[in-house]
Amino acid sequence: MPVDPLQYTPKITLEFKIGEKDFYMAGESASRTKRTLQQLGLNQEVIKRVAIIIYEAAMNVTIHATKGVLKILIDPNEIDVITEDEGPGIPDIDLAMQEGYSTAPYEVREMGFGAGMGLPNIKQNSDELHIETKVGVGTTVKAKVYLKEGGFTSA
Amino acid sequence: MKVRELVSTLNLEVLTKKSDLEREIKGGYVSDLLSDVIANMGESYVWVTIQRHINILGVAKLKDVAAIVIPRNLTVGEEVIERAEEENIPILRTEKGAFEIVGLIFNALKG
Ligand SMILES: Nc1ncnc2c1ncn2[C@@H]1O[C@H](COP(=O)(O)OP(=O)(O)OP(=O)(O)O)[C@@H](O)[C@H]1O
Ligand SMILES: [Mg+2]
Repeated sequence: MPVDPLQYTPKITLEFKIGEKDFYMAGESASRTKRTLQQLGLNQEVIKRVAIIIYEAAMNVTIHATKGVLKILIDPNEIDVITEDEGPGIPDIDLAMQEGYSTAPYEVREMGFGAGMGLPNIKQNSDELHIETKVGVGTTVKAKVYLKEGGFTSA
Repeated sequence: MKVRELVSTLNLEVLTKKSDLEREIKGGYVSDLLSDVIANMGESYVWVTIQRHINILGVAKLKDVAAIVIPRNLTVGEEVIERAEEENIPILRTEKGAFEIVGLIFNALKG
């Protein structure tokens, strides 16, 4: 049942652990979040965008980092998708943002990853994207999706 | 068109014994790059791919696919089939190559 946005008080936080080579987790956490957002009565377009961001950000931790957490913060104005990982970091963010750029190893490419489209997909589907990274330490990706313009009107 | 009708029209093999074939198909997409599928495939589509790793089910679930279609009679692991049954994602298979089956699905959905 959709929740009345005025009755709906901040803040809902969803949290998932991301392990190494846990390829199912990204899809699973994106699907679960999708269900939660549907129950909150958010419109389909917003839900679709958030699901894509979650999938790609979580998959990047699985593939490129050692381990991490995925957090989804939902409040009446925006949804934040945040991944914090321990891993190699990103030496050149501008390069990593380019469509087609990927350092994914062969075994992972064989499974259909490594098109170099994940970060561009995240960028395209978010209203704000912040990446903090330290080589040899890890990466934090924070993507925001605004809800102001009708995020709550069910499509 | 329903998944069941597509199966009988194109003589597809149903690898998942327990799955819902009454789903309505809204379109089709063919790609083996998961980020491309995530970005561009619509919901309730049939997805033609040669990927058969367990992670395709995460993508399939997220995109709420009507069915996955595997070309060239490629082998799909037992683990993947069981998981697909649990998630209620039909996995279909054909002896035809991707190019040919995509053409046939396209015509079946248009027709
Ligand atoms: N969390 C991360 N830690 C370390 N490096 C990363 C991380 N996320 C992305 N990168 C780097 O940025 C590159 C581009 O990422 P992007 O998600 O666009 O493509 P990809 O993951 O390689 O392939 P795809 O997402 O299409 O499967 C990666 O290949 C990797 O080098
Ligand atoms: Mg990626």
